[in-house]
Amino acid sequence: MPYNCVCLIKQVPDTKKISGQAMNDDGTVNRAALPAIFNPEDLNALETALQIKERYGGTVTAITMGLPSAADILRESLYRGADDAILVTDRKCAASDTLATSYIISCAVKKLDYDIVLCGRQAIDGDTAQVGPQLAEKLGITPITYMEELQELANGRITVRRAIENGWQKVRTKLPVLLTVTDEANEPRVPAAKFIMKYKNAMAPIEVEKAIRNDNTALDEQAVKQLIEDEIRVLEEKNLLIKQWDLGFLEADINWCGRSGSPTKVHRIQSVILTAKGSKEVEPTESGVSDMVHELIKEKTIA
Amino acid sequence: MISVNRQGEVWVFAEQNEGKLADTPLELMSKARKLADKLGVKLAAVLMGDQVSELAERLVQYGADKVYLIEHHLLEHYQANTYAKTLHDLIHKYEPQVVLCGATINGRDLAPRVASSVKAGLTADCTDLQIGDHEVKATKEVHKNLLFQVRPAFGGNIIATIINYDRWPQMATVREGVMPMPEPDVSRKGQIVEEKATLTKEDLLVEILDQHTRPKKVDLKAARVIVAGGAGVGSKDNFRVIWDLANALGAAPAATRAAVDLGFIDKDHQVGQTGTTVRPSLYIAAGVSGAIQHQAGMSDSQKIIAINNDPDAPIFQIAHYKICGDLNDIVPKMIKAIKERI
Repeated sequence: MPYNCVCLIKQVPDTKKISGQAMNDDGTVNRAALPAIFNPEDLNALETALQIKERYGGTVTAITMGLPSAADILRESLYRGADDAILVTDRKCAASDTLATSYIISCAVKKLDYDIVLCGRQAIDGDTAQVGPQLAEKLGITPITYMEELQELANGRITVRRAIENGWQKVRTKLPVLLTVTDEANEPRVPAAKFIMKYKNAMAPIEVEKAIRNDNTALDEQAVKQLIEDEIRVLEEKNLLIKQWDLGFLEADINWCGRSGSPTKVHRIQSVILTAKGSKEVEPTESGVSDMVHELIKEKTIA
Repeated sequence: MISVNRQGEVWVFAEQNEGKLADTPLELMSKARKLADKLGVKLAAVLMGDQVSELAERLVQYGADKVYLIEHHLLEHYQANTYAKTLHDLIHKYEPQVVLCGATINGRDLAPRVASSVKAGLTADCTDLQIGDHEVKATKEVHKNLLFQVRPAFGGNIIATIINYDRWPQMATVREGVMPMPEPDVSRKGQIVEEKATLTKEDLLVEILDQHTRPKKVDLKAARVIVAGGAGVGSKDNFRVIWDLANALGAAPAATRAAVDLGFIDKDHQVGQTGTTVRPSLYIAAGVSGAIQHQAGMSDSQKIIAINNDPDAPIFQIAHYKICGDLNDIVPKMIKAIKERI
């Protein structure tokens, strides 16, 4: 029996590879110091979806909410074997917290035919692990968080092993289900050459527009619009168009999106600079080390 | 969501598993007590389960004025839906101003589901909570006595203070180990309020087929002295120097994520953002570069000794004793000095 999987992915700054200062002097995040990557555990979610497709048939749709540049990770999903890619992008999505984000994504997922929704356990920029459970609540489907292994999928039921505090549990539930997947679940595949060849020209409309405007600065607006329209049609015919949905298309209630839909606000952001009070250099010699140990024993730090 | 309710109580979700209270909500009680006192409201613990009433008194001893006790056979094992539904109903009934959960696996499963259904704001993995005022820059409107939800973000590179001034309750999960466990006061008196859950079998969305837990191999949170090794230790064999030093000091051996990922030691020993948060009297870091993610789990140690052959290693910025050199040379010298003196 085939299953339709919808996989939520996120483009995130690579917080583990920061070059230079994470913060600008004006207190904003220095995005230039943070290369954008495919959120690591979302790759585990995508891998789970692809394995389901290979084993049982069905489709894998990758979907992301983000800036136009997030089309990069949609292409990376196509390169790994996803069938369809959807970019949810709209300026009115900006400043969405997890509640608003889960609402917007729920509007998008409701437009799709799905049995299993998958996302990474958490994204490395915020590490909140909130959007998955919140999305399941908004979709009215069963959430299973912290999935470590997909064990069985049969007769409309799914059995998985998930983490619990200091251990694991094996749980079974009826589809549809939302899974949040940990990095224990599998080893994500690398892009396949045949899919790179097939999809390297896949683009979202907003990217098509940008490219054509850059290349045709001399043309008038009418002609540029025509070129954009033609190119989008060509991509669509070749099945290379990354779908692009805005809040209007999603029929989302704007009061629940972006800043107005977000109860949590930032009061203050500080850069982390930790320094020790009263530090001393210890010579790497027998007497240096011995003096230090003596000092620690004397002040009863070492019993 | 509920509207701003200044008389609302401060709540702590008192997570229990198999009849045993989890550590994190107990750790949270001393901080929640301070928040409630500052706001001039009651501190209540919310205890759910099947036959768990005997745990209620303990929550009072740890600082609760009130315990909402909800017992139901369908609450015997934690499940997202049954627990979320019950907490959701209780929030609508009593309209607390603050709802806190431990950022345990269950807490991080439960809190977002409740926040979504209540349509309230939620901040994950806080490392500190305070009460303070916030001015909205655009309107100059000042919101007094809000819950400041302090948490690391961008992989620990920044610390953000989050607030929620209009759609209450103000919800947050709090990291394990960041708040010291209070001493129980057996003479404290509190009120136990029994509440009913309206649940049917259909609310159990999953079947739990099997479950295994095992105690952690090491209790890092309780250790007075910790000896941690990083990738710089070089190999699993060489990690023996960390064990030797730990044994000489009666300390707990620990490691960075890099050392755990390299297979030098079991994950139970991991300190840092994705491991345990510790605050020992003495933390000895050998071959640890001091990535921000590691510092997030140990920078509150009272004394830090760093041993590293790279003079520019970030760990030196937070170390009280900086020893620049080869750990294979220095650690044996330390062991010798300790054995001579103790």
